[in-house]
Amino acid sequence: MANVITDETIEYVGILAKLDLTDEEKEAAKKDMGSMLDYIDKLNELDTEGVEPMSHVFPVYNVFRDDTITNEDMRDAILSNAPAKKEGSFMVPKTVD
Amino acid sequence: MKQYETVIGLEVHVELATKTKIFCSCSTEFGGAPNTHTCPVCTGMPGSLPVLNKQVVEYAMAVGIATNCKITQYCKFDRKNYFYPDNPQNYQISQLYLPICRDGGIEIETAAGKKVIGIHEIHMEEDAGKLIHDEWEDCSLVDYNRSGVPLIEIVSEPDMRSAEEVIAYLEKLRLIIQYLGASDCKLQEGSMRADVNLSIMEVGAKEFGTRTEMKNLNSFKAIARAIEGERQRQIELLEEGKPVIQETRRWDDNKEYSYAMRSKEDAQDYRYFPEPDLVPIVISDEWLKEVKDRQPELRDEKMIRYKEEYDIPDYDISILTGSKHLSDIFEETVAICNNPKKVSNWLMVETLRLLKEKEMEVDDLRFSPKHLAKLIEMVESKAINGTVAKEVFEHIFMEDVEPEQYVEEKGLKTVNDEGALRSTIAAIIEESPQSVADYKAGKTKAMGFIVGQTMKEMKGKADPAMVNAVVKELMDLQ
Repeated sequence: MANVITDETIEYVGILAKLDLTDEEKEAAKKDMGSMLDYIDKLNELDTEGVEPMSHVFPVYNVFRDDTITNEDMRDAILSNAPAKKEGSFMVPKTVD
Repeated sequence: MKQYETVIGLEVHVELATKTKIFCSCSTEFGGAPNTHTCPVCTGMPGSLPVLNKQVVEYAMAVGIATNCKITQYCKFDRKNYFYPDNPQNYQISQLYLPICRDGGIEIETAAGKKVIGIHEIHMEEDAGKLIHDEWEDCSLVDYNRSGVPLIEIVSEPDMRSAEEVIAYLEKLRLIIQYLGASDCKLQEGSMRADVNLSIMEVGAKEFGTRTEMKNLNSFKAIARAIEGERQRQIELLEEGKPVIQETRRWDDNKEYSYAMRSKEDAQDYRYFPEPDLVPIVISDEWLKEVKDRQPELRDEKMIRYKEEYDIPDYDISILTGSKHLSDIFEETVAICNNPKKVSNWLMVETLRLLKEKEMEVDDLRFSPKHLAKLIEMVESKAINGTVAKEVFEHIFMEDVEPEQYVEEKGLKTVNDEGALRSTIAAIIEESPQSVADYKAGKTKAMGFIVGQTMKEMKGKADPAMVNAVVKELMDLQ
């Protein structure tokens, strides 16, 4: 494996993804991420000179909606899967800036 | 002490006046009960897919054109990843790589003269939900009614050097957007929000200092105070030889102090990537022309036209055009009664006085132009006198009454029956020998008493000019 993921990187990625990883999980993730980057390196070997960058597979553009209200109140359905709710709202652990 | 210069750039978020959200057909109406304007798309349910509201693109284009930007004819959305409960998808759909507008600018005017403030870019994005902190339980409640409401973010160049320039820029921007009808731009209600990026550098320095970003500024006054407070704080740090840290700060307008929200060093890594659920937008030359052709008259053009067309004072023009709503009322009223000077007078004097007295905003005005036009006609034709007109106008202002009907019902019509007036005045003169004696002795003021008594007797409905003339005539005969 050419790419070696450092402890700092895995720690940082863990913070960004809000994941608490055990030491074992960290080691496994380091290995997985290393091989992913190896694969990217492989792709990078391809000569893409003159090839337009692409972010969508199909040559489709301008898919729009008209500005018309068609949704009605569906609060009960929207809240039906919430683990906790109160007064018509989703209830989450206290979050302050 | 060294001389410092303040360098300010603004990020202005504006909620667009669409009926529906940016990616789903939920209502954007303000103030609904929590989560009653939500659906699987704007609550980030797995498997839901966004579909772009065309009106959002057109409003963004209109603002871009009006602020002299280049419109990006091939543009896309990107995902900005972060975790926060107000953001149910764990990403915000925004634009990083190909924002819809770039490289524009608007001219502002301050006491120091005219200056162009550059606009780096304008991009489209979605608003987040609202968190309410529960008082009874240790939890937060999330309302996603605002989630997915369309926003444009207008990013200026760091071209401003004082609070005065910042306010001038914001006011100009607000008027342009209001004239376009793209947003009502109310700072207090959050439909326009400004984040201030500010740094300090020594006068003559080549490089900008480290900047901070300030949030939670919801009035022009708060913005001015926050700029002064942050400028002082950064100068003090530099004078003490301490570094300014790049961070986001929250302004507390009550304490007049800002405190650090989060340092950009920790985890402000948004890992943007192209949004795979939305296809690119291609703006053809034809579409661009269509939107350009539809652009309404903006304030600067309107001011020039008012001067040529209506012949009213510059000061009146600046007040009338200072609000899209007020200028609409003005133009609609003039279109009916064709008397711009009188219309301007009613708006400039009585309307502004009543707004101040009732502590209302210009945007709260609800009376119909045809009622004001009718009132003006009634005064011109002497159907009612000036005093009565003011009284009637107050009812037009508050309840939008139809003036003719109101005057009829309340019996306020000017009495033009000269015979009746003459006998009323003659009777009053008869009962006031002292006033007559005073008048004869050269005290012309005594006439005022008779006029006053007459108006009182006629319940204010007499034509003052006629009363004066008849009183003088009859007094001279005594």
